[in-house]
Amino acid sequence: MKTIKDVGIVGYGAYVPMYRIKNSDIARVWGNDPVRVPVKEKSVPGPDEDACTIACEAAKNSLLRAGIDPHSLGAVWVGTESKPYAVKPTATIVAEVIGATPAINAADWEFACKAGTEALQGAFGYVGSGMAPYALAIGVDTAQGQPADALEYTAAAGGAGFIVGPAEESLAHYEGSYSFVTDTPDFWRRQHEHYPKHASRFTGTPAYFYHVTNATRRMCDELGKEPNDYDYVIFHQPNTKFPMAAAKMLGVDKEKVIPGLISPYIGNTYAGSSLVGLAAVFDVASPGESVLCVSYGSGAGSDVFSFTVTEKITEVRDKAPNLKSYVGRRLEIDYATYARYRGKIRM
Amino acid sequence: MPSSVPRHWRENIKRYRLLGTKCASCGTIHYPRRTVCPSCKARELEEYQFKGSGKIYSYTIIRSPPEGYEFCKPYAAALIELEEGEIVTAQLTDCNFDDLEIGMPVESVIRRMFAYGESGIIVYGYKFRPILPRM
Repeated sequence: MKTIKDVGIVGYGAYVPMYRIKNSDIARVWGNDPVRVPVKEKSVPGPDEDACTIACEAAKNSLLRAGIDPHSLGAVWVGTESKPYAVKPTATIVAEVIGATPAINAADWEFACKAGTEALQGAFGYVGSGMAPYALAIGVDTAQGQPADALEYTAAAGGAGFIVGPAEESLAHYEGSYSFVTDTPDFWRRQHEHYPKHASRFTGTPAYFYHVTNATRRMCDELGKEPNDYDYVIFHQPNTKFPMAAAKMLGVDKEKVIPGLISPYIGNTYAGSSLVGLAAVFDVASPGESVLCVSYGSGAGSDVFSFTVTEKITEVRDKAPNLKSYVGRRLEIDYATYARYRGKIRM
Repeated sequence: MPSSVPRHWRENIKRYRLLGTKCASCGTIHYPRRTVCPSCKARELEEYQFKGSGKIYSYTIIRSPPEGYEFCKPYAAALIELEEGEIVTAQLTDCNFDDLEIGMPVESVIRRMFAYGESGIIVYGYKFRPILPRM
């Protein structure tokens, strides 16, 4: 897919909460092997944080780098599966906080872990069709992991926002994208349930790998590229193993994945996952380098984006905190504190 | 705790954006917003956006909070001297109590202030945290 007008990303910003719980501590509590864990540790939102507060900081950081008047935004779209309200948009709060109201479109998007890239895909279409000069898309989650479930080791918190605007102002030029979806029930959360359910190993081959590899190959075919032509490749990262296996299937060199692979340090930020990885890559990429970003959302589908970094990246990169600053700011908590912060103790 | 939705709605922008006023006559800035300048009594005031950074003027640790704030106890409450000179009262967040000291540089962030139970509205607003170290 391509837009009518040339567009790109003019600002980006990420946020990760400061609290961390080690996977070995989760394993200790549930009597599992503390060595055979999916990631080293995961981020935990503080008691006063939620998807909305995380989105607000990511949005502010995006605006700092874009250097635009918030009123010039035509949309604020928040992709998440951990909305603070079941009914009432998170996006209107974010739009009000950044001073972008009232002449703006605002909405929350949902598609499990690809809700953020779904919003980004929409933002490229919205700006690329000429309906708005700029649009802000955010992927964010404070993911819910059921106590003792396999996903508790990785369900983390964080997010990243991206402002789409004209190509001539962009720090990364949009070259094309692709969306690939099927009805594949590998992970879900029913109404009024606190925690999601999943189909264990079914989340692998027919779900994550099928959608990620097909979406990537199809977009690359459209653009006349190979996945390994890119300088950086970011995959949705529910753990460390899946993105590395996807890279191998697609013939992508391991070292191209490492700069955007953040899940070993903060876990899976769900709708924020691939977008936090994209922010990490923009923190280090040089002008002229190419970036491939692939999301995955259960239910199921993948969005894929192709970018080329421009000279503007060097001007705007230091206008907001980089991802490393947030990942490096860590306060370790024990399982009891984590259980309290995440509302796992029901009285 | 009874919730007053209109009251919170009226205060949203003040809580979200640290918006104050600046006197068009004498240039004094105020927080919260004023309709009459307390310095020169002028009524011509314009909106002023505070930068959101400042330093701790004084602080205390709250271990027995009022109803609705128990979810984040214990927490630090502080007087923050904003970069522009005004002093505001706010909660501190993302901080280790042992590291707090008067004069510590802080920056504003948006956080949950409190919520009216499981089904009522969630009130967001500014808190301050130690300046994020840049890496």
